[in-house]
Amino acid sequence: MFAGLKSIVLPVLAASLTLAAVPAVAVELTGAGATFPAPIYGKWAEAYHKATGNKINYQSIGSGGGIKQITAKTVDFGASDMPLSAENLNKDGLVQFPAVIGGVVPVVNIAGIKPGEMRLIPTLLADIYLGKITKWNDKAIAELNPKLSLPAQDIAVVRRADGSGTTFLFTNYLSKVSPDWKSKVGEGTAVQWPVGLGGKGNEGVSAFVQRIPGAIGYVEYAYAKQNKMSHALMQNAAGNFVGPDDLTFKAAAAGADWTKSNFAEILTNMAGKDSWPITGATFILMHKQPEKPAQAGEALKFFEWAFKNGGKMADELEYVPLPDSLVKLIMTSWSNIKDSAGKPVWVGK
Amino acid sequence: MAVSAGRKGNLGDWVFFNLTRLFALVVLLILGGIVGSLVYGAWPAIERFGFGFLWSGEWNPPMEQFGALIPIYGTLVTSLIALVIAVPVSFGIALFLTELAPAWMKRPLGVAIELLAGIPSIVYGMWGLLVFAPVFSKYVQPLMADTLGKLPIVGELFSGAALGIGILSAGIVLAIMTIPFIASVMRDVFEVTPAMLKESAYGVGATTWEVVWNVVLPYTKVGVIGGIMLGLGRALGETMAVTFLIGNMNVFGGFSLFLPGNSIASALANEFAEAESEIYTASLIELGLILFFITFVVLSLSKLLLMQLTRQEGSKT
Repeated sequence: MFAGLKSIVLPVLAASLTLAAVPAVAVELTGAGATFPAPIYGKWAEAYHKATGNKINYQSIGSGGGIKQITAKTVDFGASDMPLSAENLNKDGLVQFPAVIGGVVPVVNIAGIKPGEMRLIPTLLADIYLGKITKWNDKAIAELNPKLSLPAQDIAVVRRADGSGTTFLFTNYLSKVSPDWKSKVGEGTAVQWPVGLGGKGNEGVSAFVQRIPGAIGYVEYAYAKQNKMSHALMQNAAGNFVGPDDLTFKAAAAGADWTKSNFAEILTNMAGKDSWPITGATFILMHKQPEKPAQAGEALKFFEWAFKNGGKMADELEYVPLPDSLVKLIMTSWSNIKDSAGKPVWVGK
Repeated sequence: MAVSAGRKGNLGDWVFFNLTRLFALVVLLILGGIVGSLVYGAWPAIERFGFGFLWSGEWNPPMEQFGALIPIYGTLVTSLIALVIAVPVSFGIALFLTELAPAWMKRPLGVAIELLAGIPSIVYGMWGLLVFAPVFSKYVQPLMADTLGKLPIVGELFSGAALGIGILSAGIVLAIMTIPFIASVMRDVFEVTPAMLKESAYGVGATTWEVVWNVVLPYTKVGVIGGIMLGLGRALGETMAVTFLIGNMNVFGGFSLFLPGNSIASALANEFAEAESEIYTASLIELGLILFFITFVVLSLSKLLLMQLTRQEGSKT
């Protein structure tokens, strides 16, 4: 608790003091943004501090805040769950790269139904969230799940109340699979939900789903796993029913074409027989020509270290590390981050 | 005003006068600064939606259509529920503590109420979500639906699914949160009623109720209304506890109090961090401005009410 407070206050002070001076001993960096990857960034920062003595402060203030902070140049790196479009990146002179992959999982609370037993197809999920299907024993659900005994219970739809990257992935997926959803609701970190209760944060959604009989919600994979919630199997773009785990997340990441510009890939509804359909990467934002090149170089060193050594930590926290081929592409892209003299701030070995 | 500024050799008084005046002016300055920056921040939304923002029920971030009706409705209704419950209960508590309780009970009970006022609102929110809501949905809501829900007109307010989360739950927890504020202010002002007035009334044979209603309340009405306004202020601006319990629904589903809704403070807390587009942020800031305005109107109304009461008093005597 106190250490946490200290680690926020001191580095900010120290960072402002060391700016003028040459970074003689330890470097202090600040980043801010998305809450979804905050646990893994925190873990990486802690391990990195032990390994190198350098301090990374990550403030999980939300993707919107992260974008604002990096645009205003108050932090060394920003983080967003939503990739920025090429024009937005160019407008503010930013570059982005993915840092880690995670998945969003539909969870249900129906008496007698265990994790991985309920099967859902994309249009059905959209219809439930549109309020078109309101009972668990609806024909559309029963036909998919002949082995389950489904009660004549109202479906209590639960979703996030706060704006979040999790919601962005979920609504982006529903927009891809349901034209109806796309025209009526659309996608974003917050949308106008036609039905349902809003819980604050993943913990709020899991609390509602666990408490209300007949509830369906969506949470980050880690929450579903840690709380032993009954996740559903989803039919992916290839037509297979898959469950959420690191393999199906990796399969989705492998299906993306990362060589396209800016890494602006959203991993929902990816092709591939094993792909989990609601997967997403979370992104780091930096300036193409940073005001403090030395700090930017140190930030890139941190991510280089995390890509090399942080895979196991990511696994432990139920995130999926990036595939090696992608890491290579990302590091190549870093040569575009240059100081005012046109010299790259980070040079790979 | 400039009492001691000119008096010779009294530098201390002069410094003190100006220092306190500076503090008082700083308050005004901050108030003006807050209003100014809210208007500035909300300007894109004010420009785009105009007054329609106030009565549009649309809150659609992807389509960039925003209106404040649902959060305004939720804020007012939850606060109203809170007051309807909290005012009589607080009055009872204060009455008991000052007039009826045996001396040995007064202090511990009084301290307990003050302690309730010190509990952080997030704790109320968590308690409401984890303890109150399940019990409420299982036992209280079905009972309400079967009794109150059967009445004509009023029944509408108590219909629908019993989820334990919604406008009514948020209002009840708000009531619990505001009771300590209102009750402790009422108790304090009841206590300052001169004993001579009360004893005279008892002396001519008045009952406890008559003494409280006809002597204590009229004597303390300024303080009592002040206490209620303090409670209302807390209810209007309460964020965390409401967020946990109100259901955060931005679409109007009907007048039932069982339905989820949204409040201004809760919408702000939930959506501000992830609002990317300028118009989205501006609309949220405009919500803040509206809340500020509502509080201002409520305060002004209470002042008017007090003036009215004093005037009537003048005509009686």
